Amino acid sequence: MLFYAFALVTVVSAWAIVVSQNIVRMAVYLLLTLGGAAGLYFMLHAELLAAIQLIVYAGGTLILIVFGVMLTSKNPFIRTEASSTEIATGVMVAIALAALMLLAVLNSPLETGAGVEQGYHQIRDVGHGLLSTYLVPFEIAAVLLLVVMIGAAYMARRRTD
Amino acid sequence: MFEIGLHHYLLVSILLMSAGVGTILTKRNAIGILIGVELILNAAGVNLVAFNNFSWSGGAHGSSGVLGGPVIDGVVFTMFVIVLAAAEAAIALAIFLNFYNNHSSIDVTKADELKG
Repeated sequence: MLFYAFALVTVVSAWAIVVSQNIVRMAVYLLLTLGGAAGLYFMLHAELLAAIQLIVYAGGTLILIVFGVMLTSKNPFIRTEASSTEIATGVMVAIALAALMLLAVLNSPLETGAGVEQGYHQIRDVGHGLLSTYLVPFEIAAVLLLVVMIGAAYMARRRTD
Repeated sequence: MFEIGLHHYLLVSILLMSAGVGTILTKRNAIGILIGVELILNAAGVNLVAFNNFSWSGGAHGSSGVLGGPVIDGVVFTMFVIVLAAAEAAIALAIFLNFYNNHSSIDVTKADELKG
């Protein structure tokens, strides 16, 4: 039952992004989508990932997007919309892609396991894993974040000329 | 239908992915296209974590993860996907800021200097 609530919020917000014409409303619907996806992660026994999704994605990346909207809008009521033929073609391609993937998923034999025992806390395994099995991607991600920070700060600096 | 299975989560992932593709194809605002890319990354994340959750069984594949527990490959992969999505959004917004400073518009149809 809770799955249907989270799934409905996620999917309806995602498709509201497609339909909406206002960029700020698209950012709000993206926030709802990210929150719904975090709820789905909670239901899939991935509590640490759900918390990371809420903190980093909804509380970091989305705020960055909203800052971008603020800094790139001269006219607050500007509406840049594509022509209706472009919108119709785009939505038709999206629906065709969804139908194709649905066909592929429904026709493939997927066997599922029995699930995990109650009281399993994933955070211990993830913590140990990040420092033992997944150490190399962890370090590479750290270096990548440093490079991205320097690069973005340099590219978006104020030019004094 | 009453027992939430793998197919339900895959359906959510499919709908998110097609919404992301539809957003990329129908938006003229560059930040709208970035939002579409974030939707696609979220769809991939839901897919990965769903497969991770439903591959936990009592058999041989179930207990080969870290410390002899269940496998957590999908969860760690999704964690790195989130990190990379944040990094990519930062760089993309820096590029959009430069584009806006040069063209006074965030419309992607204005980016046609390289058009042949």
